[in-house]
Amino acid sequence: MTTIALAPGVTLIALGGAVEGKADPNKRWGLLIDVNKCGADCTACVTACSQENGWKDTGHPQTDAQWIRKVDLKDMATGREVSLPVMCQHCSTPPCVDVCPTGASFKRADGIVLVDKHACIGCRYCMMACPYKARSFVHEPLEDQKTDVPRGKGTVESCTLCVHRIDVGGSPACVEACNTNGHGAMLFGDLNDPNSDISQTLREYPSAALRGDLHLNPGVRYQNLS
Amino acid sequence: MERTIYREIKPTPHVWIAGTVLGSLIALAALCVFYIEHHGHIVTGMTNQIFWGIPHVFAIFLIVAASGALNVASIASVFGQAAYKPLARLSSVLAIALLAGGLAVLVLDLGRPDMLLVAMTKYNFSSIFAWNIYLYTGFFAVVIGYLYVQMARGVAPTTVKAAGTVAFVWRLVLTTGTGSIFGWLVARPGYDAAIMAPLFIAMSFSFGLAVFILVSLSLCRITGRDFGDFLLRRLGRLLGIFVALVLYLTAVQHLTNLYAAEHAGIEKFILMSGGIYTVLFWIGQVVLGGIVPLALTLGPKGLQSRRSVVLASSLVIIGAFSQIYVIVIGGQAFPIDIFPGYQANSTFFDGQIANYKPSAVELGLGGGGIALTLVITGFVAVVLRILPTTLSDANVASAK
Repeated sequence: MTTIALAPGVTLIALGGAVEGKADPNKRWGLLIDVNKCGADCTACVTACSQENGWKDTGHPQTDAQWIRKVDLKDMATGREVSLPVMCQHCSTPPCVDVCPTGASFKRADGIVLVDKHACIGCRYCMMACPYKARSFVHEPLEDQKTDVPRGKGTVESCTLCVHRIDVGGSPACVEACNTNGHGAMLFGDLNDPNSDISQTLREYPSAALRGDLHLNPGVRYQNLS
Repeated sequence: MERTIYREIKPTPHVWIAGTVLGSLIALAALCVFYIEHHGHIVTGMTNQIFWGIPHVFAIFLIVAASGALNVASIASVFGQAAYKPLARLSSVLAIALLAGGLAVLVLDLGRPDMLLVAMTKYNFSSIFAWNIYLYTGFFAVVIGYLYVQMARGVAPTTVKAAGTVAFVWRLVLTTGTGSIFGWLVARPGYDAAIMAPLFIAMSFSFGLAVFILVSLSLCRITGRDFGDFLLRRLGRLLGIFVALVLYLTAVQHLTNLYAAEHAGIEKFILMSGGIYTVLFWIGQVVLGGIVPLALTLGPKGLQSRRSVVLASSLVIIGAFSQIYVIVIGGQAFPIDIFPGYQANSTFFDGQIANYKPSAVELGLGGGGIALTLVITGFVAVVLRILPTTLSDANVASAK
């Protein structure tokens, strides 16, 4: 962060840059979700994300933000039922970034797709463009925000992969909660590191991208879905 | 035939009453905007499922009609049809006014309209939205220049034609850009179609001319100026051709989708089971906005009259709102198929048809856009010589 004193008591603060500086272009952060391990009635990942990032149920389900959600699926041909979490898929070629007129939607060098709240004008075109319904528009004034997670009324937001935790060597809150809960359905790691657990598992077992037909190369992959 | 004389319209009591009513609607829209911005979009009918609502329908209607309203001027200057020449100035002014009204609605519905400066200074050139910012501001500049050469003394006809050609090409590109806002969206089955660009161009021809007919007739009426029967019916026949073009491209749009199994869901939704969207499509867009105006303008001679042109123009506008509502809202209401072959259910309404009920504040904002368009047009007609003293058939070249 750069600060310049314009006059006594008047300081110009240049935001940005610091976060970008932490993004390592040699890494690509990703998630592998094993659908078979995901508990049908478990919402630990959703609760953890909500607590970590400060979005919550305000009693307005149609307008409340949901950065992560559990989707229950039933195979219409076989009747097989599964449950899995869906969040921003952190695409390699994200449509939300392509369509954003101001560049507020952007992809960090390490593959994490974010929204710059200082540049988002709230046009919602990214929500139109996202094939995963992963973005939410903040419809109401916000209170008691988390200091690590800037949000703003009238702007669009989505899963940040807990970038504030990753930048200090941590992992996303959803992954931690899933492990703590004993399911271990979510694996987080560097997709560019061939020796990481996620890369080894992806190499060993079949996995799929949601809406693979769109060739967006998402950073979130699913195992045992089909 | 006498020489065409343009005169400012006099601010008669009728003009003042119209101005006061429209001014009140603009003030009401401003209150709606403050209310939405203070409380957030929670006070609108928009949700995280349908996040482009009725303000966007109004905005797109006005923006699409803007480029179409310029057609009368283009037909005169670019395609050399002398009969339309006396209307060319008004056509240019109305085009600017419609675009201003549409952009005002679009911008004031933003989540952060206070951040508009960011949109003016930071561009992402892979975004068609960003390109449209250039196309819209450029349209103002090009059409104002075009209007200037039409009105200035001693400007050579070739210069007017050149300016008109630039404006005509610009408007085609502009509407391509507006259609591509939807055509380039791969995520949603209701969009993602190259036909959106030509469809929007055809829509602009039709909607813009319908608005132009009603506005120019109203201006002549409240100022007591003649508007010849033959000129009006000629405009009506042109409107009929544009209506037919929209119907044709709409048919191609849906037939193409019906052929692909992956689009069967959205087509069944719009054409058969979509409730309000199906009603708006068949009754609003196809019958009222398409077949009836077609019959009134290009049908049996017995049907053609001054009234039928006015009725056809009004119906085209009803059809226009229906069509844009079906495209914008219907396209969002139908769920995205993230998991083909699966039935999906979630707290975020995956797999469900989304509901949308426009709120009064949204309608107030949209109505303000229309009022702004009319106020700008009327104000310019009061201060500038854009409307001929008469448009009687005897005074309009080749009117017969």
